[in-house]
Formats: sequence, structure tokens, C-alpha cells
Amino acid sequence: MSDLIYRVKDLRVSFPDLSRKPLFGAAPRIDVLKGLSFDVAKGDVLGIVGGSGSGKSTLGRAMIRLLRPDSGSILFEGTEIAELNEDELRPLRKQFQMIFQDPMSSLNPRRRVGGIIAGPLRLQGFDNIPSRVDEALEMVGLAKRFSERYPHELSGGQRQRVGIARAIALKPDFILADEIVSGLDVSSQAQVLNLLEQLVRELGLTLAFVSHDLSVIRRLCTRIFVLQKGEIVENAPTAELFDNPKSAYTRALLDAIPLPDPDQVWS
Amino acid sequence: MRDARGQVRRMPGLRLWLSGSWLLILILAAVFAPMISPHDPLEQDLFAARLPPFWQQGADPAFLLGTDSLGRDLLSRMLYGARLALTVALVAGTLTCLVGATLGLIAGYYRGWADLVISRLVDIWMAFPPVLFAILLIAVLGTGLTSIIVAIVVIDWTRFSRVVRAEAMSQGAMDYVASAQVAGRSRLGIALAEILPNVLPTIVALLTLEMGIAVIVEAILSFVNLSISTDQPTWGGMIAEGRTSIYQAWWVLVFPLAALFLTVLSFSQLGEGLKDYFDPVLR
Repeated sequence: MSDLIYRVKDLRVSFPDLSRKPLFGAAPRIDVLKGLSFDVAKGDVLGIVGGSGSGKSTLGRAMIRLLRPDSGSILFEGTEIAELNEDELRPLRKQFQMIFQDPMSSLNPRRRVGGIIAGPLRLQGFDNIPSRVDEALEMVGLAKRFSERYPHELSGGQRQRVGIARAIALKPDFILADEIVSGLDVSSQAQVLNLLEQLVRELGLTLAFVSHDLSVIRRLCTRIFVLQKGEIVENAPTAELFDNPKSAYTRALLDAIPLPDPDQVWS
Repeated sequence: MRDARGQVRRMPGLRLWLSGSWLLILILAAVFAPMISPHDPLEQDLFAARLPPFWQQGADPAFLLGTDSLGRDLLSRMLYGARLALTVALVAGTLTCLVGATLGLIAGYYRGWADLVISRLVDIWMAFPPVLFAILLIAVLGTGLTSIIVAIVVIDWTRFSRVVRAEAMSQGAMDYVASAQVAGRSRLGIALAEILPNVLPTIVALLTLEMGIAVIVEAILSFVNLSISTDQPTWGGMIAEGRTSIYQAWWVLVFPLAALFLTVLSFSQLGEGLKDYFDPVLR
């Protein structure tokens, strides 16, 4: 049991539906996650796939407690975190970090890269911050001089590397990567994915990779959750899921992957 | 990888220079008014009434910008008038900014019932006609410098809180705020260390705009004789006096009006210039 990082039971999250809020009284709630239960083993690279509105980002955000679940239990390394408030969570925060989808929005435009990476280290009371910042930059393949730059002076791929550096600088046990390559062009995508693959190998990270792109997931992940309408319709190791998809929804997703067609001719 | 980004430096820009110079001249004039005024601003000389400015026929070189209908030196009166105008601009502008921006930041970032209360208050406030509100307030508080400043703060804080609230809301939805939360920053820490710096350029632009507006409000109140005691020279008071003799002595009206216009324009342009200058993305 000690090799589990997450043990989640009957996780429920709902949001108020403000478009149907009556003039008086509370808005009706939309159930986004309808009672999910699963385990995540240490060292797993977990892929969370599903269509728009399937709840995959919500699941990720609930796991690192950016959201407060309505009910259910989230055991993180043996600690119940589902009901903790922000003050109680603060000391645990260094153990689960997140890389965001849009690096332009997730990097404070008024801070230099060095300050962005140092911020969480300072908040979590680390020492030797400058050397940790340099080390994190080096791990994501950025030169030291980048720490003097502002985010808008970087390319999309470089910005996403800064986002990764900020997360790994804390040496967390778990990282949530929410659609982190969907805003990048294809070559930057490949570079960022290579980097992530390498970091997973070197640091022994447990990673949850949220994406709608199964071909990206297939390359990176060891286990896949397929979400549909707030429920896990399939939970299987990657090879098994691709060879022998059990649910009809998974098959539909697999069929939607564009495969290169060697017969294509440009005329 | 070669890269020359560090060598690109944007000039502060012409408008920053022009507006800054005018305001600097004004500040120097206000500070040194007793030393540089050629005459006592209150000294009357009915034999020298309505003397034209220096370039016109019949001008007296002792009165560079001419005199008003009581024979008081216009230049000296304008220099002393700048003292009140600038005091009101700086003090009232800054206080208004502090009150309004704080409430706006609270409403925009914390949302919830605080936002509800502040936003309703702003809505109610904005329904009062501002100038009448000011006159009413002065009538209750009595005339004097403090009353003018209080009136401006009480009326105009809504300008800041509305804009800052909207800006704080859009900044609050950005991922860097979520990322600070993931890093374990407290709500107050996020508001002050993440959101405020990103709202600051807007606040600075609004602040200088507000300083210009404060100068106008002071002039309006002086114009209707509700500013400070009537024996002190103010631009608004001079404009009011000049209005009665506009056909005989246009300069009594035009010079203080020009000073007022240039000052308000300079404040707003300074704000725009500073906003560009402080924004790392535009810089």
C-alpha cells in the first residue's frame, strides 16, 4: 500500500449553473465529477483523457486542491486533503505542483523568470534559492541568463519550460500537467514532451497529464483514465487500452486519432 | 543565440517630456511664489486697473500679464493660485486613489458579499450629480481647503473602484493567480503581490487623471465661490472675475483658463506616458 500516492474515493465536484439561477435562491448545481474512485501508484505517468466538458481538468484541479470537492475522500500519501482549508494545505503544497495550459497567463507578466521560479521556493521556506533556480533552469534546458527575462520576451516553448521549471524546482512528489502542449506549435510540442519524458525518467516523478490528444498521451503515459461526462469509463495501462479498448467511448476516441496516410498525394 | 533585446530602450516619449516640464514649472512656481511674484497678489491699484499684457499698447512692463479690474497683478495671482491648485491635485488625487483603489481591489479580487456591498454603493454614488454633490458637501462642511479635499475624495472614489474592480477581476482569472495558490500564497499575499502590480499601471494613469479632475473641481468650486476664503487668489475665482469683464479685459479670463487647461492636459498625458513607461510588455 505504501507505493500509492493517491487514493481517491467517491470524489464529487459540482459547480453552480449561474445561467439558470432563479431571481431568488441558489443556482442549481451541475455535477461535474460524479463519484470517482481510483488509485495512483508512485511513479505512474497518468493520462487523463476525455472530450470537452468531460471533467478532466476539474479532476486534476481537485486532486491538487485548487478546487474544494463537494464530498469524497482524497488520500495523498496517507493524508486526507479533501476537507483541508487553505491554511492547512499550505505546508503540503510543495508536494503537489501544477503546470498550466497557457504559459502566457500562468506567468506573472511583471516578474522576471528568476523571480517566477523563486517565488514558490521562497513561500515554501527553501534555502539556497538562487542555486535552486539555476538548477531548475538547467533541468529544463534554459540558460542562466533567462532568469533576467520577462515572460513576454520568451517564445511559447520557452515560456512553457519556465512553467515546468517552476513546478520541478520544489521537487514535488506529484505534478499535474493540464493540457500543457495544446497551445504550442508542433515542434515546440515535441520538444516540451521530450523534456517531460526525460524529467519523468530522471526525477522519478508521478505525473498526471491531462489532454484531449490520445497520441500525445500514448507516448508519455503508463496508465490512462478515460473520462466521459464526469465518470471514468475506462482505467487501464496504456498498451492494454490501445490494443483492446473496452468501452465504446474509448474506441470512438481512438478512431478519431489522425494517422499519417502514406497514400496522400499533393497534386 | 544572439539577441539584442536588452539593448532596445524605448524613449520616455515626447508627451512625458512636455507634460512633465509643464508640471515641474508649475511646482516650482507654486513653491517659490512668494519669492518670484513681482507684486503682492492682493495689492490693488485702481489707477492701474485692466492693464493689458506686455505686448499690447498701453501695457505697463511692471505687470507682465496685465492687471484685473481692481488693478491686481495677474501673474502674481496665477502663481499663488497654482499653490492651491497643486495642493488639491496632489492631496485629493492621492487620497481618492487610495480609498477607491483599495475598495476596488477588495471587490474585484475577494468578490462575494464585499463585492456586493461595494458595487451597490458605487451604483448609488454614481447616481448623484457630482458637481451638485460637491456643492452640497461644501455647504455642509463649510468652505476651506480640507472641505474641498474631503468633497473630492467622497465624490470621486467610485471612479477608481469601478475600474480597479474590473481590472482586478480579469487579472484574478489569470492562471498566474492559480499558480500562486498552488505555491501556497495566501489570499492577501496574492492580492498584494500578484494582482496589485498588474493593476498598478491602470491605477497610475487614473491617479494622474484624477489629479487633473481635482484641479477642475477646485476651479469649479472657486468659480461658484465655495472654495477657500475669497481673498486668496484661485484660478477658478480669477476666471469668475474675468467673466464679468471679458469684453474689456479678455486677459483676466484667458490666462488662468490657459493655465488650468494646460495643467489638466499635462496630468492626463503624464499618466498615459507613465503607463507606457512602467509596463514591461510595452517597454
